[in-house]
Amino acid sequence: MKFKGKVWKFGSNIDTDGIIPARYLNSSDPKELSSHCMEEIDPQFAKKVKKGDIIVANRNFGCGSSREHAPIAIKAAGLSCVIAKSFARIFYRNCFNMGLPILESSTIYDEVEEGDEIEVDLKKGTIFNVTRGTEFHAQPIPPFMQELVQDGGLMKHVAKQRR
Amino acid sequence: MKNKMTITEKILAHRAGLDHVEPGRLIKVKVDIALGNDVTSPIAIQEFRKAGGKKVFDKNKVVIIPDHFTPNKDIKSAEQCKMVRDFAMEQDLVHYYEVGRMGIEHVLLPEQGIVLPGDVIIGADSHTCTYGALGAFATGVGSTDLAAAMINGEAWFKIPSTIKFVYYGKLNPWVDGKDLILFTIGDIGVEGALYQAMEFTGEVIQQLSMASRFTMANMAIEAGGKNGIIAPDKTTKDYVEKRAKRPFRLYESDEKAEYSLVKEYDVSKIEPQVAFPHLPENTRPISEVGDVAIDQVVIGSCTNGRIEDLRVAAYVLKGNKVAPYLRLLVIPGTQEVYLQAMKEGLFDIFIEAGAAISTPTCGPCLGGHMGILAAGERAVATTNRNFVGRMGHPESEVYLSNPAVAAASAVLGKIGSPEVVCKN
Repeated sequence: MKFKGKVWKFGSNIDTDGIIPARYLNSSDPKELSSHCMEEIDPQFAKKVKKGDIIVANRNFGCGSSREHAPIAIKAAGLSCVIAKSFARIFYRNCFNMGLPILESSTIYDEVEEGDEIEVDLKKGTIFNVTRGTEFHAQPIPPFMQELVQDGGLMKHVAKQRR
Repeated sequence: MKNKMTITEKILAHRAGLDHVEPGRLIKVKVDIALGNDVTSPIAIQEFRKAGGKKVFDKNKVVIIPDHFTPNKDIKSAEQCKMVRDFAMEQDLVHYYEVGRMGIEHVLLPEQGIVLPGDVIIGADSHTCTYGALGAFATGVGSTDLAAAMINGEAWFKIPSTIKFVYYGKLNPWVDGKDLILFTIGDIGVEGALYQAMEFTGEVIQQLSMASRFTMANMAIEAGGKNGIIAPDKTTKDYVEKRAKRPFRLYESDEKAEYSLVKEYDVSKIEPQVAFPHLPENTRPISEVGDVAIDQVVIGSCTNGRIEDLRVAAYVLKGNKVAPYLRLLVIPGTQEVYLQAMKEGLFDIFIEAGAAISTPTCGPCLGGHMGILAAGERAVATTNRNFVGRMGHPESEVYLSNPAVAAASAVLGKIGSPEVVCKN
């Protein structure tokens, strides 16, 4: 799986209330949730983001609540991938379960500017900064998580095992 | 090898049918309880149906508590609750609690003996880690994990490494579990225990009430922890024995258990703590808070909505009045807590002081309803998070404290110590 898109940069400890405020959790409709994506941090974000764009964040992205509405909002807003120095664990797990590609990279955050175009090769775990001509390697995805991705998420993985 | 496991490793190894596990190992286990609420269950139910789910794996073990936006805050919330209620009826779930019997999930489940020592519990709510105070392995997951567990009763875990926290010394007046956990998060930071188990130990923990222990385990997630855990002792047994309706098992860490880190804290140096906006790690001792005027105080939540919390708040409020123009909201965690508080006369104290008392709900803690803040407003809350916009407008602020400090602040109209209010 390869993605190419424009970078949106976010800092450390972006919490799930910031990604999708709880006042919108009275809906689980992806389209509605996506219209409020990152609203607490940048109220215009959902309008500005283009299909395929990529979030690059500092440490502990997705901390706080277990709400799966957060990765759902990001995915439905058209973002193809989230790269961070580290992820909070429930968010990390949720992304694999519901099929939002994410990568951990300790280096790219400091070497990329908002608006740069980057290309991500999920299988190889490489991130290429098209704007600057630099390449980075992400932390390899654990084999079990790769299996989840290949099966298309946890529910399809469970269904496959039941067959 | 076999005699070198932590309590977390032991529970998970036993449940996976293994003699020994080590951090990093991936296991699949049967869960004792799979929990959802009115916000996370709708997505889980959709996923359950999409995957062809017909019957949940065990109607005794799938628990749904509509506590977040209840009593229904608007039409959309009512629709979500209806979906959840219809599912509970269709599946004949034993542990579904309707408004009027419902409590905040993490106060209700231990109180009703639904979660017990030695259990493996997953919940589509990040504060599921609360039950670790019983000596159980309990962790928050998303809706999809809940959906999968509803089908096959299973969950997969990577065995976490464990940080051991040792608390020793003499507790200062007005310091309880909330202050110990806030201090700890202030020390290690909001990702200080990322992916790890937090094991709370030491002579001080053994002196804590179950309420304070639940508060500590509850906030493990605020340090990034996978679970918080406290080995069961006599206090645990006394609490559990009158509530349990099925057998349970007590585990403890081996003396030679291996930890990724050991932190020791002399609690005689710990004052009541206040976490400033907008992260739980921004803690300050009460003596260094300065002048922070406030508009609202919330006493309640899965962190501090137990009878002990209401008692200490009432003790501080007795004979005092809530400051002019300030709203004090008291939210008992469950109907049992509500009834007990009423019987003990705590409601007289709250109402005479000028507080509002609410039926159990998560409401204001997550900015849902029942106490939303306007732009520029500040609240002191006994809740667990103070992120941007957590209790309402993105330009509002939440300060986290224990119930005594919250009650004192309600009287003073600014953040302050109970020492100032309780002169006797």
